[in-house]
Amino acid sequence: MDKSKMFSRLVALVALFVVAESFAAGGGAQLDPADIDPGNISSLQRGARNFMNYCSGCHSAQYVRFNTIGKYLDLSEEQLVDNLMFNADKTFETIKASMPAADAARWYGTPPPDLSLMARAKGADYVYNFLRSFYLDPESPTGVDNVVLAGTSMPNVLWELQGYQNAIFTEHTVDGVTSSQFEEFEHVTAGTLDAEDFDEFVRDTVNFLAYIAEPIRSDRRKLGVWVLMYLIVFWIIALMLKKQIWKDVK
Amino acid sequence: MARIEAEVGKPQGGLMKWIDDRFPFTETMKYHATEYYASKNFNFWYVFGVLAFVVLAIQLVTGIFLTMNYKPAAAEAFASVEYIMRDVEWGWLIRYMHSTGASFFFVVVYLHMFRAMLYGSYKKPRELIWIIGMMIFFVLMAEGFAGYLLPWGQMSYWGAQVIISLFGAIPGIGEALVEIIRGDYSISDITLNRFFALHVIVLPLLLIGLIFVHIVALHEVGSNNPDGVEIKENKGPNGVPLDGIAFHPYHTSKDLVAIIIFLMVFSAVVFFAPDMGGYFLEHANFEPANLTATPEHIAPVWYFTPFYAILRAVPDKLWGFILFALAVLLPVFLPWLDRARVKSIRYRGWIYKSALATFVVTFLALGWLGTQPAEDIYVLAARIFSVLYFAFFLLMPYYTTIDKTKPVPDRVVYHG
Repeated sequence: MDKSKMFSRLVALVALFVVAESFAAGGGAQLDPADIDPGNISSLQRGARNFMNYCSGCHSAQYVRFNTIGKYLDLSEEQLVDNLMFNADKTFETIKASMPAADAARWYGTPPPDLSLMARAKGADYVYNFLRSFYLDPESPTGVDNVVLAGTSMPNVLWELQGYQNAIFTEHTVDGVTSSQFEEFEHVTAGTLDAEDFDEFVRDTVNFLAYIAEPIRSDRRKLGVWVLMYLIVFWIIALMLKKQIWKDVK
Repeated sequence: MARIEAEVGKPQGGLMKWIDDRFPFTETMKYHATEYYASKNFNFWYVFGVLAFVVLAIQLVTGIFLTMNYKPAAAEAFASVEYIMRDVEWGWLIRYMHSTGASFFFVVVYLHMFRAMLYGSYKKPRELIWIIGMMIFFVLMAEGFAGYLLPWGQMSYWGAQVIISLFGAIPGIGEALVEIIRGDYSISDITLNRFFALHVIVLPLLLIGLIFVHIVALHEVGSNNPDGVEIKENKGPNGVPLDGIAFHPYHTSKDLVAIIIFLMVFSAVVFFAPDMGGYFLEHANFEPANLTATPEHIAPVWYFTPFYAILRAVPDKLWGFILFALAVLLPVFLPWLDRARVKSIRYRGWIYKSALATFVVTFLALGWLGTQPAEDIYVLAARIFSVLYFAFFLLMPYYTTIDKTKPVPDRVVYHG
């Protein structure tokens, strides 16, 4: 195999893995793509703000340190302390929930899960759709249910931004078994953000969740390019060595 | 060639002689490297033994560093893995290399075993090498299984739950055996602790011991080649096989090229897709083990799924376990199931070629089916492929006897 062919195959292989990785985040069917941009630092900064204001009241991110976030998100220690560290003193601390877990478990029936790895466990698309899919349900103790995760004990914490919505289901009967299928949402009251801005808000938040799920993601990709370039050079040298040694094998 | 040999072989004084008088260093080097002759016509399929060795080295070294930071306790294991991933310097790289290495170990070993099936490497006089190799495979399966519990994620926990409970199907002793394996009435801190002991001490020691024996047996008999010709039957006046070239520096320099290509593929996964779409690191394993919530869909890691699909294809628990065990064990008997007079696929007839091709498709299909939920159509497909899997082995004595083979040349085919 000549070298240029080898190289192009390798590039194709890496490209394939990168594509595979972005698809891997997906979960079940009919989820809207989250379309997050991991390289967009300002989106991540907004996501961090959203997370600390709307999520961290109940959810921890117990493996994530503030100084790690600060370094990657271009935030000074002062900015961290003023804007994100509502219940932490030192920047090396991890993100704790403000609500005591024992109380939360009593109030909601189940403690709110830690969010450090949520985007990796469920996929960014799942979280993006989950946060946008709360609908009014008078029978639920929280007043809402969720299309993506039926029976969730999480209230719609973003209602102020999104407004209230109803979900319209249609009944299908196949082989005598009736099941209801989600059709669409119907807005009941408007929120402070219009639909587009709200999606953007959730996208930033999910972007941040995806970042904290694997903070070294961009580092590993950058390093990977160098490693592969090194291996290509090493490979050419090894190939020349092999040819030299094998010269007399007839 | 001659010059290099002369240097190694010349009488030495000084330090080398001092060592050789006390330890057979030069002699061992000659026997296993500089005067170990293997066929010059090795092709692509002959690199996977060396690559398995490379992966072993990766796993041992990264494993040692992981052990320095991992905590084998139910309350701390999951968090300690995240600590490695986030706070330990280069911990993420070490961990990804180890998790990717686990999958690549099986990729490489499966291809290594396939090579033996292509070129009849398990046939006389290499039966024992094959049997030792199968033992390595069994230990590797146990090693992978024990290691998979250690991150203490949802899939670690429930995957182990499913697999360990299989032993409960054995009549009489089943339940007691399951308790002995777990050390508890369910998978717990105790199970994690003993699996850690197995994963970092017992099984690696066994593995290294068996690999050593595997190579000693190989170097006693000599390597097979893509033509299935015994190169030792054609020796030159100097006693060196005419088609053989020294392992070092010839095969080592060639293997180095292959090793670098392998490292490129390995790095591409480590740096660009360490999850491998949920096959190398399963999504559900990013949630800590939860004894009260079963994941929607439990599947073992991909390298066990061909056998898992066979297990699920059987409606009866005990028979499922028996066929599962049989599917894993059957390849051991290949040297006696295969009655063909020739070794290499190059000189076999269309029957064996079709059988082997079908087997490859079967194995891959079972592997994929094992990752899917056990629904009607998948179970039906798994049953069909399970029958094909067993047919490949059990009908082998028959179809390899009637298969028309071609004459094997005296010397290996080599085009320079």
